Amino acid sequence: MRIQFKTSYEDDIRLFKDRWSLGVYAALIALAIALPYLLDDFYLGEVTNVLIWAIAGLGLMLLTGQTGQASLGHAAFLAIGAYLNIIMIEAGVPFIIAFPLAGILTGIIGTIIAIPAVRMHGIYLAIATIALSVLADDIIILLDPWTGGVNGKFPPAIDIFGFEIERWTMPGRFYYLVLIVTIICTLFYRNLLRSPLGRAFAAVRDSEVSATAMGIHITRTKAASFGISCGITGLAGSLMGYYAGAFNNETFSLVISITLLMMIVIGGLGSIHGAFFGAIVVAFLPQALSIAKDSFSGATVAIPGLETGVFGLILILFIMFEPMGIYGRWMKIRIWFELFPFARKDMFKRQKSYLKTERLR
Amino acid sequence: MEFLQLLVSGLANGCVYGLIALGFVLIYKATEAVNFAQGDFMMFGAFVALGLNNAEYMGLPFWVAAPLSIAIMALFGYLINYFIIRHLFGQSQTAVVILTIALGFVLRFVAGVIWGHQPQTLVSPLSVGDLRFGSVVLGLADVAIIVTTVLLTFFLYQFFQRTKLGLAMQAASQNQMAAYYMGIPVKRMQGLIWGLAGAVAAVAGILFASKGAIDPNAGLLGIKAFAAAVIGGFGSLPGALVGGLIVGVIEPFASRYMAPGYSQIAPYALLLFVLVFRPHGLFSQIRIKKV
Repeated sequence: MRIQFKTSYEDDIRLFKDRWSLGVYAALIALAIALPYLLDDFYLGEVTNVLIWAIAGLGLMLLTGQTGQASLGHAAFLAIGAYLNIIMIEAGVPFIIAFPLAGILTGIIGTIIAIPAVRMHGIYLAIATIALSVLADDIIILLDPWTGGVNGKFPPAIDIFGFEIERWTMPGRFYYLVLIVTIICTLFYRNLLRSPLGRAFAAVRDSEVSATAMGIHITRTKAASFGISCGITGLAGSLMGYYAGAFNNETFSLVISITLLMMIVIGGLGSIHGAFFGAIVVAFLPQALSIAKDSFSGATVAIPGLETGVFGLILILFIMFEPMGIYGRWMKIRIWFELFPFARKDMFKRQKSYLKTERLR
Repeated sequence: MEFLQLLVSGLANGCVYGLIALGFVLIYKATEAVNFAQGDFMMFGAFVALGLNNAEYMGLPFWVAAPLSIAIMALFGYLINYFIIRHLFGQSQTAVVILTIALGFVLRFVAGVIWGHQPQTLVSPLSVGDLRFGSVVLGLADVAIIVTTVLLTFFLYQFFQRTKLGLAMQAASQNQMAAYYMGIPVKRMQGLIWGLAGAVAAVAGILFASKGAIDPNAGLLGIKAFAAAVIGGFGSLPGALVGGLIVGVIEPFASRYMAPGYSQIAPYALLLFVLVFRPHGLFSQIRIKKV
């Protein structure tokens, strides 16, 4: 059992709680760096997929987990990021500039879209973002001259100062690129939470009324959250484009939006770990299912909708029995061991709450 | 005359959207949650009716199969609430949103396993025959849809405005704790309203499947019904119907008179337009919350 004494505010907002957790994360990064030497190319590709989903999850987590705004349209921002990046690359902009710029531009577009959107509340925002996600498909076709329409785009090999990175022929290099982006995004997210803006996000999520009373500009805070969230998602989108090797209007569909939202709920809303746990579930579920199917039926019978069906079922069970997601379960187990033998059964019991409407009539 | 034809088929489509939107609004009015799976409820109801009615399955007569499937869907809605939604009592709206989306996925999967993925049509007395008014030819199904929808909306509206039960449901949605103090059994109200929404979904499903083919992905129609509900302003029953009619009428006219590619955008563009400029719909029930 480790006991922490915090003697200053600096202690409270430190990046790593103590040496032990610093050590754990250092070991994790060391493992991540050594991974290409431990796994074969197929599984390395899968891990890369997990990391890309995790970046997208971080983006949505900032909006949904941190600021409390559910968005069902983040696939649209994945698409914007992917297309902006490829359009700039094809115009001759080097990757090292085009990639961050794609993220920033997606963020700006997100903020512009957010300005009317953040005035909406709860379900209205969810519905508006669904419409956005549906519209993205049609708009990509309408913008045929830039986006290639239904024929799609085929990202070329990445070139950083003459150093070539290609997803299929050199998965190791592509993995390291994604890993670096993941680490940067995670550190950015973690530091953002320690800043006044990050605190404002949490205040808006927990109670808009009290946040206003504390002098937080609600609309500006939500718009900032939307913008940063879309920026990170845009980065993930352009990486996803490279990972897929080809993409068109159907790649970033409404199903991707919904999967993304479900992913962070399964992982655990409001935690960085949650984005990664959720990404692992999303990336490995199809394989786990196909293995399970083989061992049950022996034959490879295609059952349409099986993946989404099972995914939905898992999600329903999580929301009913563990609303904090995988991260919440993990934390409970950890605390049980840390406090042993003092953990009590009712420690995480939720307070009973009642719903009160925003409607006045 | 082409104009009239487009108008009537648009109205009939709009009524189906309106009926699904009615389901959203019912649940929203009574529990302040939105059932994103309402479109899939509709699909499921249609398949239940189809399974009972069509000759290759059970082969019951239509007038037995239709009420039976409505009853089954009402029970289904009640059980969904009893086993799943009730456990989220007091949690945020977002949790219910995500949960019902997941529920929709599961329903789509189950329907695909039971009834297959081929589009099928409900063989009903409504699906054959035309009515002629001068030079205008109307499908019997279209007329039946319009009549049923208008009647249903009228009765539900009266139910919420005039009966004790309806008022109790409204009270339960606005402040759960205060409703408890007034002696309203809030949980039972929720169960009833989910049953009612299931029944309305079954009606929509039967009408939709007698007009055209149905497959497990038909639930995606629910997205257009959102547009209907939002345009009407969530929380208003006649509003949902009018919203559905607007969306339904815009669609055929857009595809007739607008360039291809732009036409399917029209309902969603209208939805976003309404959300931006009149965020609480044309028949607003919501006022600004004052601190």
